[in-house]
Amino acid sequence: MTTKAKLVKRPSSVLLPERDADKSPVLECVGLGVTFGGLKAVEDFDLTIGRTEIAGLIGPNGAGKTTVFNLLTKVYQPTAGAILLDGKDTHSMTTAQVNRAGIARTFQNIRLFNDLTVAENLTVAMGDSVRYGLAGSILHFPRYAREERIARERADELLSIFHMESHADERAGSLPYGAQRRLEILRALSSNPCLLLLDEPAAGMNPSETAELMENIRRIRDTFQIAVLLIEHDMDLVMNICEGICVLNFGRIIAKGTPEDIQRNEAVIEAYLGKKKEAAS
Amino acid sequence: MTNLIQTLISGLSLGSIYALIALGYTMVYGIAKMLNFAHGDVIMVGAYSGIVAVAQLGLSPWVTVIVSIAVCAVLGVVIEFCAYKPLRQAAPLSVLITAIGVSYLLQNAALLLFGSQQMAYPKLLKLPIFTVGGVQIDGITLLTLAVTAALMAALTLFIDRTKLGKAMRAVSEDKDAATLMGINVDRTITLTFAIGSALAAFASMFYGMTYVYIKPTTGAMPGIKAFTAAVFGGIGSIPGAMLGGILLGLIEQMSKTYISTLWADAIVFAVLVVMLVVKPTGLLGKPMQEKV
Amino acid sequence: MQLTQKKRRRGDLLTAAAVAVLLAVMAALLYSGSLTRQVTNMLIPTAVYIVMAVSLNLVVGLLGELSLGHAGFMSVGLFSGCLVAIALADTALPLAVRLPASMLAGGLTAAVFGLLVGLPTLRLRGDYLAIVTLACGEIIKNIITNLHITGGALGLNTAAIYAGAKELLPYGAVLVLLTVAVMLNLKRSKYGRAIMAIRDNRIAAESVGLNITRYKLAVFVIAAFFAGCAGVLYGHSLANIKAAAFDYNMSIEILVIVVLGGMGSVPGSVVSAIVLTVLPEALREVADYRMLVYAVVLILVMQATNNPAMKRFFGSVRERLTPVRKERAAL
Repeated sequence: MTTKAKLVKRPSSVLLPERDADKSPVLECVGLGVTFGGLKAVEDFDLTIGRTEIAGLIGPNGAGKTTVFNLLTKVYQPTAGAILLDGKDTHSMTTAQVNRAGIARTFQNIRLFNDLTVAENLTVAMGDSVRYGLAGSILHFPRYAREERIARERADELLSIFHMESHADERAGSLPYGAQRRLEILRALSSNPCLLLLDEPAAGMNPSETAELMENIRRIRDTFQIAVLLIEHDMDLVMNICEGICVLNFGRIIAKGTPEDIQRNEAVIEAYLGKKKEAAS
Repeated sequence: MTNLIQTLISGLSLGSIYALIALGYTMVYGIAKMLNFAHGDVIMVGAYSGIVAVAQLGLSPWVTVIVSIAVCAVLGVVIEFCAYKPLRQAAPLSVLITAIGVSYLLQNAALLLFGSQQMAYPKLLKLPIFTVGGVQIDGITLLTLAVTAALMAALTLFIDRTKLGKAMRAVSEDKDAATLMGINVDRTITLTFAIGSALAAFASMFYGMTYVYIKPTTGAMPGIKAFTAAVFGGIGSIPGAMLGGILLGLIEQMSKTYISTLWADAIVFAVLVVMLVVKPTGLLGKPMQEKV
Repeated sequence: MQLTQKKRRRGDLLTAAAVAVLLAVMAALLYSGSLTRQVTNMLIPTAVYIVMAVSLNLVVGLLGELSLGHAGFMSVGLFSGCLVAIALADTALPLAVRLPASMLAGGLTAAVFGLLVGLPTLRLRGDYLAIVTLACGEIIKNIITNLHITGGALGLNTAAIYAGAKELLPYGAVLVLLTVAVMLNLKRSKYGRAIMAIRDNRIAAESVGLNITRYKLAVFVIAAFFAGCAGVLYGHSLANIKAAAFDYNMSIEILVIVVLGGMGSVPGSVVSAIVLTVLPEALREVADYRMLVYAVVLILVMQATNNPAMKRFFGSVRERLTPVRKERAAL
């Protein structure tokens, strides 16, 4: 079953951005794996992400990328290996607890709170940093007004990252597709994570929107000093902003390294283009 | 000892009727993924159709059987077409509320048509009562058991072996993928409702012959308990429905005899609550994983 | 920046004010003796149904789960609260102490039952949760019917605490206002947002750190509390109470009110409760068709609210009613 945290040695082949090398990594996965009815969807997944790293998780369709996200966020319980978040084993945590411990995510198929307003989508994710409880919710003590105002100001601040302040009071479900994707990123941010998981953030965006998104991901990293792990099919985006890249095929890691390493890697080229013989014929 | 055996036999009789109803529930739930709250009321309609066929139209027992099956099957298809089909993409909550609405509609339509007075179901068959060592076994009980078992076997064969059955399983697994594979999802679900409701017709006959008196609310309680049975056995599983139905009938009858008639319902519902809380997949059910 | 928020706040105040005015008018008419017997007799049941509907709307409209055991919670509150009231009836305490005390007792007992039912069952959802709440309601009914202290199958004799509309109305009015205020406040708060988020997308709600069980439990306990309070009020207005009356059919009747008034809408539930309590009384000749009409209403409302064409229609109506939104979108 799950390996105990204490017994795990840190793999020597860990790659981190230089500026993060002297800090403890934000995430370490060791031998992570999950089996569905005898089928190994992901196995032997080792990955270390630096404090402020932007990392990419790529691979052909069905390689298990989203499954890795689901393991990290405990939507699925891993059947092997360990996840250390900030050095703490997340073994016994639920999805909600993992989020409070510092992992926030977006979804490949957008999952907003459609009937809440844009601003409410953000304030609801702030959790206990909005400091009043059930009694305050029912009776609206003076503290309620103060805390609500602070939460709203934070929401507007976050919305300004994507210039969406003017949409704050609209129904989230009525936003256009691209804005919904951006709102999901902001919602993840408003839960104050140290690691942000983005599942195909550029899906459905045109090149200029993608370029803007890249800029914004960098800006988010710089402003909030957090790590980002993203799944993306747009190779321009991945090669452009990711510092470390991990390539998955059939649930296993086939390559890890810098964008340059990955672009030259034989196994990766084979996974994406098929075997050379097949390609030749 | 005689008492115990007599109780077990009554339990089997009740249980096999639950099993018949549960088969319909489990089919619809397994394939259309909805709780057809009105299933019990389809049974009530089937029973009234039997009464009308014999008492007012003077039809022979065999024709009555066919009429009941036809009435229920058509009713099931009509309900599906009018009430549930437009909600295929709607939230489960809306579908469930609609199903409750359909259940109420049937009950109150019957109330207006037939009044609240109970009516006697005709004796379609004259079966002897066997007495073995002081224990009485009604022929109806044996017939109910035999027919339920036969229907279960036929249904299992149908779903496992035929092309339509395969289509049903595909729709149950993944509606979108089934559509991509060229399966007509709407027609498959309609067929499911037709079969499920035809099973309700069988249940109405055996219920009528065993318990005789029918009123507009007749279907409601057995319906809810049969759903309990379907969940108990594992929703979506055909042998599970049979097993769950029989067990629930035995539990209910044993509680009536050995604890108290007053507490029997509470005990049956307590079984449901415990089962759902402890093992929502039931005795023979498969776990379902949500896609993210 | 917070225009819409202020507007919503104003809508809430308007709802609360309208309910208060309505209650005040009814009270003025009642105490000036200008109400007919028939109307007088309907006042308390209407208040009870408003409280029941608004509290069930918290579960169905805000949380998006179906509870078919709401009448069960009402029943628990009713019997426990009325037993307290009967015990207090011999004391020298005035009604102004006895009734609120027994209401609180009934509400709290119901809330405890809400917690007891909620704790093990709340990881269930949808159909299963609906059927389990139905089962729990039936178990509650069965237990109360079989207990000696509650009068068993004969019912509880409430002669000692029976009171007319003139005595009960102030308490009913306060309870209605309290329920409405709590629900409106809750909707505009951290808890309310979390509850609606769980309704809109459970998986996303978990992914932003919401503890689903905690919020669901809060919903169940609050709804049960108000159902219990309403039960105690109702008990005072009846000469004899049988637990058998509080079965799942009653829960479904309340559900009809909620659905007709609009899921999640507090003013909708209030209006719908009034209409559906008064209408059958006013139109005696169609009383036979009442349940049939309810059934049709349930089906039609569901078809209409889930029909894409209808949704677009209502959407455009709402757009026209709130021109502010369009201006903002242009910004």
